[in-house]
Amino acid sequence: MLRTIGVRLGVFALGLVVASVVIFAITQALPGDIARVLLGDGASADQVAARRAQLGLDRPLPEQYLAWVGGMVRGDFGQSWLSGLPVRDLIGPRVGVTAWLAGLGLLLAAAIALPLGALAALKRRRWPGFLTSALAQVGMAVPAFWAGILLVVVFAIGLRWLPANGYVPLRSDPLEWASHLVLPVVSLGLVQAAVLIRYVRSAFLEVLGEDHFRTARSIGWTPWRALARHGLRNAAVSLVTVIGLQLASVLVGAIVIERVFVLPGLGSLLLTSVISNDLVVVRGIVMLLVLAVLLINALVDISYVFIDPRLRTGADR
Amino acid sequence: MSALLEITDLTVAFGRRPPALRGVDLVVEDGQRLGLIGESGSGKTVTALAVMGLLPDTARVRGSIRLGGRELVGLRDKEMARLRGDLVSMIFQEPMTALDPTMRAGRQVAEAFRLHRGADAGRAREAVLAMLTAVGFTDAARLADSYPHQLSGGQRQRVMTAMALINSPRLVLCDEPTTALDVTVQATVLRVLDEVLDAEGAACLFISHDLAVVSQLCSDVAVMLEGAVVERGSAQQVFDAPAHAYTAGLVATSRLDLVVPGSRLPTVADHVGRARSRGPR
Ligand SMILES: Nc1ncnc2c1ncn2[C@@H]1O[C@H](COP(=O)(O)OP(=O)(O)OP(=O)(O)O)[C@@H](O)[C@H]1O
Ligand SMILES: [Mg+2]
Repeated sequence: MLRTIGVRLGVFALGLVVASVVIFAITQALPGDIARVLLGDGASADQVAARRAQLGLDRPLPEQYLAWVGGMVRGDFGQSWLSGLPVRDLIGPRVGVTAWLAGLGLLLAAAIALPLGALAALKRRRWPGFLTSALAQVGMAVPAFWAGILLVVVFAIGLRWLPANGYVPLRSDPLEWASHLVLPVVSLGLVQAAVLIRYVRSAFLEVLGEDHFRTARSIGWTPWRALARHGLRNAAVSLVTVIGLQLASVLVGAIVIERVFVLPGLGSLLLTSVISNDLVVVRGIVMLLVLAVLLINALVDISYVFIDPRLRTGADR
Repeated sequence: MSALLEITDLTVAFGRRPPALRGVDLVVEDGQRLGLIGESGSGKTVTALAVMGLLPDTARVRGSIRLGGRELVGLRDKEMARLRGDLVSMIFQEPMTALDPTMRAGRQVAEAFRLHRGADAGRAREAVLAMLTAVGFTDAARLADSYPHQLSGGQRQRVMTAMALINSPRLVLCDEPTTALDVTVQATVLRVLDEVLDAEGAACLFISHDLAVVSQLCSDVAVMLEGAVVERGSAQQVFDAPAHAYTAGLVATSRLDLVVPGSRLPTVADHVGRARSRGPR
């Protein structure tokens, strides 16, 4: 068991290294020269070269890469080329916004998809099952930003129940914080739920066909309670896998949603940094997002051992 | 004795296929042990699942199944769930997959108990340990704390038996409970089953291919062929003087001791071929 966890953490570390190389290479290959952007079109070639040297851009690529990675290991993400501010200070206050949005969005998606996926599986030959599956299909085709705009039109502009955009930190006013997050979280969660329902349904369908599910029914559990007592845990390995994989698309969705609702999160900073060629910031944010995805998926893999007792002691079968 | 289970003209069909059961009539008296034999695909399992109300929802059921005077065909699933595991329970064939791999064996038995008795965990644990001892485990506590994958096939089937009998049901449906086990283990599981059925005074519908097992465990026998019961009577009567040609075939193929060395072994088809022209079907 400890071995399994050790191996998984090794894979996680390796994943981080590979990701950092890829991210560095891609940002390097992007067109545009930050020094020229900063100095304007009138600058001479000498001025541009001097500025590049000042930013460390004249050094060999491996050296630049190692400096970047070495800094991150110490918690230093470098300075923004544009503003000169430490990337950490730029990212810091925004991490919370994106983390809340993505975390609550995923939670809402799971809270919707679990019962509806169970319904779609248990009633698959009756109208509630058909209806749920059909709604999920439709929901999957809806882009998150479109759902967001629709919700804003109805609940913010039409009914005036909730603010249409902006953000208030949790610490300064919890109620305002919540009211500003409702619409973004719902638009993200609904669309993600539509995708999740299909996976939940097929994971539960598999369990419904198992002999032990029939045994659970034979001792007197109703289908719903048999699913809750015996189905959930048996489907959990595939469910946490899917939810882990889903995280990447939730983060991408969050970036779009931040844009729609003008939330000061990582996504909006990422977009402005890409547009203004501030690659140090871009790298830092992407690295952070990749770290979150890899970390969650490593935890997901480790959780298998706790979900399924057969994986705990590999040898005694 | 009164009829505990009374199946009348039971027909079950799946989709558009020809019906799997075509008018099954079967009676199990209180406390009686009825062996149900018949070739593969003759509808034995479907009959048992129909009694449990556990047929897949593609199945269309017609006819009547009365259990303890109560009609089960058309009964709402919530009502039926109350009877399952309490008045009637079932032991399945597949010991390797019939238990939940993520739950300790003792908890699975306890669930069956608490679901119907509403007992607290402590009292349930006592009942579980007593039941596990009754099915022949000398170290019931250790067994209760094991996961299914840590148990052998025979041990799992005894756990299954404990689950099925912990609420003292009046009828236990056994669907080839020992077919998947090897012969020495079979004997233990059958002896345990025999003992606990006796102790509880439960009636039993025992499905099997194995006539020797049936004659050892059951007082009466019913024979199924192609979705209908073609013969029934006391075990002795059916085995000694089978009335239906198919039964005669079954009995002959299981009497290998009577086969002359060197001659061709009899097959059921030898007998059913004749049955088609003159059998009582
Ligand atoms: N879920 C199902 N869907 C469609 N047909 C089924 C289903 N279950 C059983 N049948 C059909 O019903 C018939 C009877 O099957 P059943 O399982 O009762 O046979 P059996 O007598 O128990 O055989 P065996 O001795 O092999 O267990 C078979 O023809 C089978 O194909
Ligand atoms: Mg069968």
